Amino acid sequence: MLWYTGKRLLQVIPVLLGATFLIYFMVFAMPGDPIAALYGDRPPAPGVIEQIREQYHLNDPLIVQYFYYLAGIFQGDFGVSYSGQPVNEILARTFPVTIRLALLAIFFEMVAGIVIGLVSGLRKGGIFDATGLGASLVIISLPIFVVGFAAQYFLAIQFGWFRPTVSSGAPIQDLILPALVLATVGFAQIVRLTRSSVIETSGLDFVRTASSKGLTRRRVVPVHILRNSLIPVVTYLGTDFGVLLVGATVTEGIFNVPGVGRTLYQAVLRGEGPTVVSFVTIMVLMYLIVNLLIDLLYAVLDPRIRYA
Amino acid sequence: MPDHNPSTPPTRRLEHYVAPLEETPLEAIDTIKTDGKPSNLWIDAWHDVRRRPMFWISAALILLVVIVALFPTWFTQVPPNSGCQLSNSNGTPSAEHPLGYTRQGCDIFSRIVHGAGTSLSVGIIVTVLVFTLGVLFGSFAGYYGGWIDSVLSRFGDIFFSIPYILAAVVIMSVLANYRNVWVISLAIGLFAWPATARVLRSEILRVKNADFVTAATAIGLSRFRILWSHVVPNSIAPVIVITTISLASAIVAEATLSFLGVGLPSTFMSWGNDIAQAQTTLRTAPQVLVYPSIALSLTVFSFIMLGEVVRDALDPKARAQR
Repeated sequence: MLWYTGKRLLQVIPVLLGATFLIYFMVFAMPGDPIAALYGDRPPAPGVIEQIREQYHLNDPLIVQYFYYLAGIFQGDFGVSYSGQPVNEILARTFPVTIRLALLAIFFEMVAGIVIGLVSGLRKGGIFDATGLGASLVIISLPIFVVGFAAQYFLAIQFGWFRPTVSSGAPIQDLILPALVLATVGFAQIVRLTRSSVIETSGLDFVRTASSKGLTRRRVVPVHILRNSLIPVVTYLGTDFGVLLVGATVTEGIFNVPGVGRTLYQAVLRGEGPTVVSFVTIMVLMYLIVNLLIDLLYAVLDPRIRYA
Repeated sequence: MPDHNPSTPPTRRLEHYVAPLEETPLEAIDTIKTDGKPSNLWIDAWHDVRRRPMFWISAALILLVVIVALFPTWFTQVPPNSGCQLSNSNGTPSAEHPLGYTRQGCDIFSRIVHGAGTSLSVGIIVTVLVFTLGVLFGSFAGYYGGWIDSVLSRFGDIFFSIPYILAAVVIMSVLANYRNVWVISLAIGLFAWPATARVLRSEILRVKNADFVTAATAIGLSRFRILWSHVVPNSIAPVIVITTISLASAIVAEATLSFLGVGLPSTFMSWGNDIAQAQTTLRTAPQVLVYPSIALSLTVFSFIMLGEVVRDALDPKARAQR
């Protein structure tokens, strides 16, 4: 396990370097002079320009600039937002909210997705299964902002079951509706994944053995079928997290959730390039770390992976 | 064992103690049945697909979207952008304007009809890009293996590690002054291909040691030729499935970017733009938001449904689970 962990950690390094370089390069290739953009129509004295160029290492070649930027990231310095606030401070305020929202969404989609997927898989071809498959297809087709507005309009504004936007401090009861919206994307995928995995596992020899030695269905289903069907669902969580990050940007924007996503959403809307880049970098780092953790968890669950 | 040939008189007196010799002439074994229709994966898939109502529903919907995109003027004579009057803001429907007006006083129906072209062109350009890049990277990585595989796969991993909508957000923010259908398609496609490459790579790893590849090598074909005329055609099925679905994802991605305000400028008809603009009047005039949302979701749904049918037809495992 230690060897596998080391190998996996080593693998993440080139990807990390490559991804941050790619983001940096995209911004570096941005047309226009950043200092001119800083001052607008009235250019400062040449000496000032030179000083700023020196201060931000703008005279150095791309690769040197990149390493300054990378060194900053490793020291936890993601730069300064457009309004002059350190990105770190914004992050400290918004990150816990997004984590709460994401965990709530993952909880909803896992519980509902696995239960419905399991029932569908056990009753393959039945009415429940057909309805579930059709419904999940429809849900996959709905873009998240459409789901968000529909939920906001019907559940919050028309029926008044929830608050249409999140109040300050983001208490957990306000986060339920955005989390439900966020959960829809992964939910449909988890239903289909669990279903096909359950169908596959149900046909395996050890399930037949368990049934034929007289175990009740109540024992075979959770212990033998469900537990072994969940491995692909766990791996899907890695991909799902990327979808969640994008979804959170839209959902937090719609419901005014004071999280990382809304910060990115507002920065994008206002065209604040540097802030957008900082937050996309942070999200990519989160995505990489979560995927690394899931791979390690996967190896704990399935011994075949770590000895392969 | 009954006598195979009752008309011939018994000439041998010894009984067979083992099974009688096979009396079918060897040529008969070698002859190939030519009266039946030839069959392959694609013909089988077509036979499977054409029996499913889901296929015909999705095909009809897609055909409708394509016709609307190609000939918007067949459906509406009202110009989508010019002739908007603020006095009509969020106005109610009339006979000539069946869905009413947007906040800017533009005809909703006409904007939806003209928006189909944008969605579809972004979807098609992204899909072509993703398919090309994915097939090139996936096939070379899977077929040549070794260091070529390592380099190409790690390169793909880097692009895979950035969720493609986030990458497109950065690219579109950077290229704020150059936004058009081509740029947004490039921004989406540039980071969306690794999934396709991974699928093809693993399929090629499975196929490349098959007997027909050995046979092709034995008759002296070059490795490159074998890759393109034997290996890729035999491992393309899962790529076709993922490509159909990626067309739907690209349409969603364009709408999401336009919704976020980094998509197409307002001079382009885009459902995402219209939804974003209708957002402010959600409480008072929800219908302005509802119609473009329905158009977008229905288009995406038809492609997802087609992808599902194609998957069932091409993937024997999915077929068995139906």
